[in-house]
Amino acid sequence: MTTTAQIQPTFEAWRSKARELLKHGVAPENVDWVDASQTASLLAEQPADHQTAPNASVKVPADFLRLAANVCAHTDERRFAILYRLLHRVALGGEKHLLAMPTDRDMHQCNLWAKAVSRDIHKMHAFVRFRLVGVNEQNGREQFVAWFEPEYRITRLASPFFEKRFASMEWSILTPDECANWDGHKLTFMPGMSRHDAPAADAHDDLWRTYYRSIFNPARLKVQAMQSEMPMKYWKNLPEAEIIHDLIASSDQRVRAMIATPERPVKPAPNNAYLNSLRNKPEKLTSPAPASPVSAP
Amino acid sequence: MDLTRKLVILADAAKYDASCASSGAARKDSRDGKGIGSTGGMGICHSYTPDGRCVSLLKVLLTNACLYDCHYCINRRSSNVQRARFTPEEVVQLTLDFYKRNYIEGLFLSSGIVRSADFTMEQVIEVARQLREVHHFRGYIHLKTIPEASQALIDKAGRYADRISINIELPSQKSLDRLAPEKNLTNTMQAMHGIRQRIDENVNAKKAARQIVNRPRAKAPAFATGQSTQMIVGADDSTDALVLHRADELYRDCRLRRVYYSGFSPIPEPSVLLPIKPPPLVREHRLYQADWLLRFYGFDVGELLPKEDPNLDLDLDPKLAWALRNRADFPVNINRAPQELLWRIPGLGTVNVARILAARRWASLTLADLQRMRVNLKKVMPFIIAADHRPHIAQLESTNLRQQFLPGPRQLELNFNAPPPTTPADATMVLSGQL
Repeated sequence: MTTTAQIQPTFEAWRSKARELLKHGVAPENVDWVDASQTASLLAEQPADHQTAPNASVKVPADFLRLAANVCAHTDERRFAILYRLLHRVALGGEKHLLAMPTDRDMHQCNLWAKAVSRDIHKMHAFVRFRLVGVNEQNGREQFVAWFEPEYRITRLASPFFEKRFASMEWSILTPDECANWDGHKLTFMPGMSRHDAPAADAHDDLWRTYYRSIFNPARLKVQAMQSEMPMKYWKNLPEAEIIHDLIASSDQRVRAMIATPERPVKPAPNNAYLNSLRNKPEKLTSPAPASPVSAP
Repeated sequence: MDLTRKLVILADAAKYDASCASSGAARKDSRDGKGIGSTGGMGICHSYTPDGRCVSLLKVLLTNACLYDCHYCINRRSSNVQRARFTPEEVVQLTLDFYKRNYIEGLFLSSGIVRSADFTMEQVIEVARQLREVHHFRGYIHLKTIPEASQALIDKAGRYADRISINIELPSQKSLDRLAPEKNLTNTMQAMHGIRQRIDENVNAKKAARQIVNRPRAKAPAFATGQSTQMIVGADDSTDALVLHRADELYRDCRLRRVYYSGFSPIPEPSVLLPIKPPPLVREHRLYQADWLLRFYGFDVGELLPKEDPNLDLDLDPKLAWALRNRADFPVNINRAPQELLWRIPGLGTVNVARILAARRWASLTLADLQRMRVNLKKVMPFIIAADHRPHIAQLESTNLRQQFLPGPRQLELNFNAPPPTTPADATMVLSGQL
């Protein structure tokens, strides 16, 4: 007899449902996991019809919960089912060592999802760009808003980082799925919003682009390396990305100009007390190969 | 001069320093509502420029005026580059403004040498002091120090910074004498030893502060958690063996976190003493690979670079090149061999070795298992024994094995309509007359 487990697509919802199913020993092949936010309750959840007596407690390693939290944030629709199968095998199937088995098919799949999610979290920490919108008149705290489009449902997982770092500011990060809001004391979450709810630019973006342009070395063009770490899907929300094409296009000309520049002659040393003192250097290390290490002072 | 113009000049002046790491700092955050920022754990690259390098820190010089005449450096006194100088307040404000917008992890501050080493150090330290003490900035600070500065100033820099570094620049005094006549290797190494001592003392002090006998908790002193350096590759005739021996010495004796290798690249103000042709970027890449093998895989410099061949193979990664020279050590059984031998298999990294060690306690591993771990099978197969695989001894002994791993010959494009766009490499070739 198949049970339909209709849940909101969050780790908390999956965990409480999985705990309930596991207590009744429901086999993974008998559960049909449904994302309630996708189906909008077309399917009413069937009343549970569990044959076995509930197990008192289910214990799983802490590593499993960490893995599950990341996997649940993924968007692949098979994730809840495979995660439950993994849980069932670890908790009831006598395969306690599964978490140390990256070669197992279910573990492998979950690891891939978890890794994709943690990469997305890392990129969110990197690529969120706050825009100053005002100052709180009561306490003088600056207020910032950012717009970001993560690939997975990671707003909750990624937000504690911003809380620790920007605790003395007031900020909101808006995403299509869920928004995070920090008022200086408490982190709260709201439903998703649209790009138009966030400011499009910040007065400092120009200065930031100036820095980005100046720190780029045209003599070492490696566009592929840049794109593998900063995929183009993120570019539309990065203020510096709009000058990338110009930088690439002009790099050849700039390098030619460097190479065509006549070499500068050496200028004599100015008469400076400090420079003069350097000439009376202590004994120089002259051995060509550092086979004999210099002794510590 | 306005701020934007200063930023253009002083960021451009700083870009030849390869380091941008923001990892390995002590854990700190601003949840007490005072100040701003956090560090700890993994560093974050907030952007990437089209040269493939990460932008993690606001990397600028305080001033690009300099007394020294280092020929690989755009800021040397003989260069005609426009000079500028930030006030400490300008750098502080710029750092805070960028940080609050989540553009950066913190500040990497260096400076040309003006007046004297101590005078310059004091200016650099003043920026860090204001950030930490006036603004309670808890983000990352990397300060470049000058070996000739007094120990008291280097100590002071270390108390504000998460990382401090001194660039060794070139691996021997002979090369320094030619290209950076003011620099002295002995001074540099002595300063690095001094910093190492301070870091060690601080680690011990932190441990002591945690001891139960010292309750109520003594506050651990703050000091940088690591130091790093940079060597320029390709501006002199130093061999890879010389470069790596020097790096190895620094890792062992001064406990450096990182040695950065920076392939010399053309600069807008070239010097007569420099080669016109930059070294291939792949040389820098091979040095980093070899560096990793020294630090995490238990290799010695002598193993990677035998006396008769003091330069790394540019076509093959250094571990594969080593394996091809030492075929008698293979094949290695992945289900039995100890960790040290697994580390030596070409195509296996430390992460996958850890996975193999964990998984083989429960099952004998097959090629399919390796494939699931995304191991490059073509690369490892000649060197390993798995549950369902044993390489032909003939293959391992074959003279063609090296051939098999070489990058394929590049197909020349036959396109008569539109010639491919020229690259900076082509321009160099035309001007230097070298192929």
